[in-house]
Amino acid sequence: MIIGLDVGGTHTDAVILSKNGIEKSVKVPTDPADLFNTVLSGFTQLLESIDPSQIRRVVISTTLTTNAIVQQTMEPVGMIVSAGPGIDPEFFRTGDHYYAVSGSINHRGREKAPVNEMQIQDIAGKLKDAGVEYVGVVSKFCVRNPSHEILIKRILNKYFKQVFLGHHVSGNLNFPRRIATTHLNAAVFALHKSFFEAVKKSLAEKGLTVPIQILKADGGTMSLEASMHFPGQTVLSGPAASIMGAIPYAPEGQDAIVLDIGGTTTDIAFLVDKAPLLEPVGIQRGRYKSLIRSLRTDSKGIGGDSALRVSDNVLSIGPDRQGPAMAFGGPLPTPTDALVVLGLMDTGDREKALAGIHTIAQGLGLSDEAAAEKVFKTCCTIILKKTFEMIDQINSQPVYTVHDFLEGYKLSPQKILLLGGPAPYFAKKIEDLYQIDTFAVPESAVANAIGAALARTTCEVSLNADTEQGIVTAHEEDFAEPISKTFSEDDLMETAYNLLREKAINSGADPENMDEVEVVEYQKFNIVRNFSPRGKIFRTKMQLKPGLIKGFEKMLHQRGNHAQSNA
Amino acid sequence: MLKAMHKTGLVFFPAFDWAIDPTHPEREERLLYTQDQVTEEGIFDIPGIIEYKPALATPKDIQRAQFCVPDEQTITTESHLISAGGAKVIADAVMGKEVQNGFALVRPPGHHSMRVSHGGRGFCHINIEAIMVEYIRTRYNVKRIAIIDTDCHHGDGTDNIFWHDPDVLFISMHQDGRTMFPGTGFPGELGGPNAKGSNLNIPLPPGTSTEGYLYVINNCVLPVLDEFKPDLVVNSAGQDNHYTDPLTNMNFCAQGYAQLTTLLKPDIAVLEGGYAIEGALPYVNLGIILAMAGIDYTGVVEPDYNPDKLKQSVSITDKIKKTVDQINSFWAQRLQLRDAAGTPGELQVRHREIYYDTDNIFERQKERVIICRDCGGSFEIDSRAMPGLHILGVHIPINACKTCIEKGYEFFESAPANTYDRIYLMDRPKDSYHTK
Ligand SMILES: [Zn+2]
Ligand SMILES: [Zn+2]
Repeated sequence: MIIGLDVGGTHTDAVILSKNGIEKSVKVPTDPADLFNTVLSGFTQLLESIDPSQIRRVVISTTLTTNAIVQQTMEPVGMIVSAGPGIDPEFFRTGDHYYAVSGSINHRGREKAPVNEMQIQDIAGKLKDAGVEYVGVVSKFCVRNPSHEILIKRILNKYFKQVFLGHHVSGNLNFPRRIATTHLNAAVFALHKSFFEAVKKSLAEKGLTVPIQILKADGGTMSLEASMHFPGQTVLSGPAASIMGAIPYAPEGQDAIVLDIGGTTTDIAFLVDKAPLLEPVGIQRGRYKSLIRSLRTDSKGIGGDSALRVSDNVLSIGPDRQGPAMAFGGPLPTPTDALVVLGLMDTGDREKALAGIHTIAQGLGLSDEAAAEKVFKTCCTIILKKTFEMIDQINSQPVYTVHDFLEGYKLSPQKILLLGGPAPYFAKKIEDLYQIDTFAVPESAVANAIGAALARTTCEVSLNADTEQGIVTAHEEDFAEPISKTFSEDDLMETAYNLLREKAINSGADPENMDEVEVVEYQKFNIVRNFSPRGKIFRTKMQLKPGLIKGFEKMLHQRGNHAQSNA
Repeated sequence: MLKAMHKTGLVFFPAFDWAIDPTHPEREERLLYTQDQVTEEGIFDIPGIIEYKPALATPKDIQRAQFCVPDEQTITTESHLISAGGAKVIADAVMGKEVQNGFALVRPPGHHSMRVSHGGRGFCHINIEAIMVEYIRTRYNVKRIAIIDTDCHHGDGTDNIFWHDPDVLFISMHQDGRTMFPGTGFPGELGGPNAKGSNLNIPLPPGTSTEGYLYVINNCVLPVLDEFKPDLVVNSAGQDNHYTDPLTNMNFCAQGYAQLTTLLKPDIAVLEGGYAIEGALPYVNLGIILAMAGIDYTGVVEPDYNPDKLKQSVSITDKIKKTVDQINSFWAQRLQLRDAAGTPGELQVRHREIYYDTDNIFERQKERVIICRDCGGSFEIDSRAMPGLHILGVHIPINACKTCIEKGYEFFESAPANTYDRIYLMDRPKDSYHTK
């Protein structure tokens, strides 16, 4: 049996799955001020009358780091960045303890200006005096040559608890995002570490000693130990959990839309042949941009509890939530009230729902029924409009080769999978409005916990081989090896595969679930100077795709009987 | 906060799978390090910088600017069409006011491709700026356009396409043709009889540095633009003036390019040449992008930049000043020059010989243009390529007067079919193209 637990904004869901289906699921309220006890009470209820030695796998998804960012309770971090030529690094300042230093590496990874060790010593002293314990070091083009970061770390090591280096964050280029991501890892490290050490200890006391896996924003898992180096990767794992939970029901060989309709927002994502689409560079939300691998999701501020208002004959929905629907004792009418009025939902107090919708109907000059219908239709239209905008955006993403321009993949979803509480009621309406096959995912209320339980380990490696300089590198993995002039594409792929495998095992992957390897990118260039060939540059990115672990496919299609206990 | 002062559109199409041949300067690797630099700088994350996907230019787009022999499909590859299409996408973004200005970082380049194109010249098969400009004129009804070609080579293709057009001001500043391909672009080359002074060619001596380039911009290009009052300024942004370029002998630098862009304020920039792909292009392109977006670029300096080594000599400075004085006096006298160039109604003939270095073709042309005071004048070009075809191309300019439109059709209809392999008519007022 395996366990998935997903801490959401209002509820925390947890499930136990076996080959036969859902053995047990629980829902407990989330206490944002005490996530540790939230997680603990989830486990306590889940494990009641369960033999912990039967549990083979535990995956946890939390909002711990997300909350720390939103509430700005992150640790003060010292940042040392070396930029060389380009945009003024002052623009990327992360806080008070931010120092731009000398030293420069170019795009080929060649040193153009050395590190000034005296300058670093001096900054170390200042950081120490300011009481800083964690430091991030990022140099421009460190993914081509990390030697400056390594040298700076060597100087800093003895003064600080932990030093985080930019080249470990990602193999992707993007200096500003690398600064932000390194900073994030350093800033949530202490919080993440103490939280999960406590969770691990408590679970051990309950007799649950299997290694704990943590869900990442890309819908994959990593071991607790691996997460200590990159705690930032756990941000926004919540939407990822739900999307992964939709995968068992996604069509094979087709594109699908996943809509997770929550209380105040709807998350939107896409599946291509049962695999989720990823962000091309990394998570971004508004001005915050990172190199954290992530599912490509976006959200629209509309959900079952969005506040409904009318002004000047115009209906507005959300983006705020003033409480639950009036049918459940809330203060303002919501889309859920419209569902109740339309007779689609038979829970809640219909009289109260009707009273709420009546005020909307008056404002719009419609009958109650017509107003409820309008609310419902408008919700669907707004969510789908945003979805189609995302599809257009994905399909108009720039490409850099003639081949991709002419043959590049075009996303064209033929199914919509709905998740979340109101999902079953929305399915038919959306299908009627848009003529796209739409259905609510079975067990959609705990799909997030199922998604967490079943998510397999993911990872990516980026390699750069330069036969002119005679080296193949994957600096993110601390890998560099000399190569000969005859180094080939096959050699590159073999090296990449071995590194990927090693990385996956170190992240806690089960060797059985490591066959979904994908070459995300491959490029080859002849290096020519003065009209004569000097060598070749090869680049590749290879990943273990997000997806589900094997062995649970069958049970998910049967809607098994199981105990549901609510707290 | 880092933010573009001017909303700037970018099309970045490095064509990582296309080369003229594997060791040619115009090869896959050319924009690789530029892409690395631009990506590492996080350019596409900056609010106000918008990246667009290029589109394919159509044969119809090319037929507004050029006679392709035998036709568009034969002399282009998809890469050429995406390159021209990329410039078109930027034009749409700028004209549609989605952005304030835009830069098409595309390859292959186009400014050596002329009105008649039998194939590749100076790495160019079709003229991407000319195709874009004609698209803008037809689609958005813009009348006066200035094209400033700052590539190190004379933009002889663009020069040729707009030779007779008084509404398109073409200025090329380039290394002296006596020292470099294509060997043209001297101050006396001022445009056709109906358009004298609307083409200005400014040859610069080898060794010209930033000081010299900015002198020409400040003392010639900007004053001329002030008087011409274009509705749109296009920059053919070649980057082969760089002090490390392997094909040229100039001393320009990334800071200089960025300053030039700030001064020129082009609405649209289109990448042309530039072959110091590792030491120059990453910094020059970054500098141009930041300058267009109005973001501080003072930190964009080549790692090996040494201004003392790049200083231009006093004699170079003197030469440049003399050339600028000469150009300015031509510009001042442009209307008198047009009057003296011919009598309205008369047909003027010129003969030209053109060598296609890329495709090894030799072309002989005989061009006949009507002298007209009311428009650019219709003209016909009799062109024979060796190896290749013998064709006649008739062009009726977009703002043609009634007489010139009639005369254009007369050229086309009276052309003896048995003399030519193909006869083309480019009717710009009707936006139509005919072949017989
Ligand atoms: Zn050039
Ligand atoms: Zn006329």
